[in-house]
Amino acid sequence: METSMSIVIGILFTIGTYLILSRTLLRIILGASIIGHGVNLLLLTMGGLKKGGPPLLGLNTLVFTDPLPQALILTAIVINFATTALFLVLCYRAYKVLGTDDIEQLRGFDDV
Amino acid sequence: MMSNLIILPIIIPIIAGLLMVIARNMIAFHRFLSLLAMAAVGAAAVLLLRVIKIAGIQTLYLGGWEAPFGITLAADMFAVILVLVAAIVTFCCLIYAFSTIGSAREHHYFYPLLAFMLAGVNGAFLTGDIFNLFVCFEVLLVASYVLISLGGTRIQLRESIKYVLINMVSSSFFLIAIAYLYGMTGTLNMAHLSVRIAEVGQGGLLTAVAFLFLIVFSLKAGLLLFFWLPGSYSAPPTAIAAIFAALLTKVGVYGIIRVFSLIFYHEPQTTHLFIGILAAVTMVLGAMGAVAYGDIKRIITYNVLIGIGFILAGFASFTPAGMTGTVYYLIHDMIAKALLFLLGGTIIYLTGTGKLKDMSGLIRLYPLLGWMFFIAALTLSGIPPLSGFIGKIFITEGTFHSGYYWLGGIGLLSGLMVLYSLLKIFMNVFWGYTSTDEAEKGTTPGIMLPIGVFTVLTIALGLGAELIHEYVDLAVMGLMDPSLYIDAVRADSLW
Repeated sequence: METSMSIVIGILFTIGTYLILSRTLLRIILGASIIGHGVNLLLLTMGGLKKGGPPLLGLNTLVFTDPLPQALILTAIVINFATTALFLVLCYRAYKVLGTDDIEQLRGFDDV
Repeated sequence: MMSNLIILPIIIPIIAGLLMVIARNMIAFHRFLSLLAMAAVGAAAVLLLRVIKIAGIQTLYLGGWEAPFGITLAADMFAVILVLVAAIVTFCCLIYAFSTIGSAREHHYFYPLLAFMLAGVNGAFLTGDIFNLFVCFEVLLVASYVLISLGGTRIQLRESIKYVLINMVSSSFFLIAIAYLYGMTGTLNMAHLSVRIAEVGQGGLLTAVAFLFLIVFSLKAGLLLFFWLPGSYSAPPTAIAAIFAALLTKVGVYGIIRVFSLIFYHEPQTTHLFIGILAAVTMVLGAMGAVAYGDIKRIITYNVLIGIGFILAGFASFTPAGMTGTVYYLIHDMIAKALLFLLGGTIIYLTGTGKLKDMSGLIRLYPLLGWMFFIAALTLSGIPPLSGFIGKIFITEGTFHSGYYWLGGIGLLSGLMVLYSLLKIFMNVFWGYTSTDEAEKGTTPGIMLPIGVFTVLTIALGLGAELIHEYVDLAVMGLMDPSLYIDAVRADSLW
């Protein structure tokens, strides 16, 4: 299970990196977002997948699943969601004002 | 020692920011409340300084969950000194912003955003939990994303896209590093991490994770991975750029110092030497940039990089002397960089251009500004008796002690380059013929007051270094001996 998860995470990172390296702003946002998802899965996998019952007292199980990675992921998802939303709005505004969504044309300084 | 005081530097700006959001159009209230909040944070930090000096490192278990189960806040001397300096810098930059930021930005939540950013900065300084450190980073980053693009001019939009992207990627790296660390050690509390890693030994895998953390914090601090910094820091208005230069890069530096003095301190011949090499390269490249450009904003942003490299050169030596220098220089650099950015921004505001060849002779119209710029140039290059000197001498001593002569040498040379690049500005801007007889735009007290306060502070820190040395010594003691931090956070002797 952990092995196949690692492969999935690797694929997500590959796609995310490829998209971030492309020139269109929208693809870059999607790439950053996909890397974010890969990271969330990585957090989940590093905590160990499904080792036992839910971590509640009173259940008659001896092995519990670690609840901490899930709490971390919840936080990470919210943060990733917020920054992605902000990034989308920012890029839309930049597209409106600058008239391009090509990152190649956003380079350099005015004074050079 | 438990103390509820620790939460104040985080909670005060948040409450103030929320109140300001509710009363959106009452700008006078915004101004008053943000000044009050910064003053309150500063007062809380001073109180904490005294408490820590008497009773040692203070901790707070949020929600009553003992370490390592809940989130722990831990205030050691190093963190609280930084909180205090951050509050002072923000206070002065606020006064500068009152007369320069413009009513459009004020009506679009400039003051609340600044308050939220300070809450994130203080949270990053005070937290004792590595995931909470990530969250605090995000709090300050989201506020900074909006601050850097607030106003929506072409250059701001262009640079803020790069700034947001680079920080999103580095945040992903931060989470990856945390995931690996959690997978290997099963804990996120920094003191607990330190104990566990000391038990199992810092093997190759853990050192690899340490390097991941180094990448993350280097991206934030501008240590070698600074390609985004000169563009981003010259886009926003002066007051915002000054706060960014003074605080945001320093949070990254704080992250490096905290993680590599508390958690990954077992392999200094690998990790700390590598930090030293990065610092040396940063200083050389920063000096090249500062010398090469003929534009005020470009020169002062490259000066930020030289400062970062020099601070971490002291840390890389990992000796008490080097660490003392690092703490002194960090305090100095936060104040002096804010001063430099305010001065540079004011010159650009007065002349309407950033290009050195287009201006001359300002000393006749603005003698006070000219002399304060001269003092800023001297303090940044470490001329006694100003505040840069004491840090510089300790850092150089530390690097020589640990045998990194090349590092100390590059540090001293970069100091010369700082002096050259700033005197280049001074001579071009303030010397020469005065092109117009009258000042077209005058300076106002609102602009001169914060600059004056910073100038006085940098002189006072130089002359009065003796007065703060017991606090700095305590900070260094805490950094060199992780067991002090661990004992303060540890709830019982079980771990």
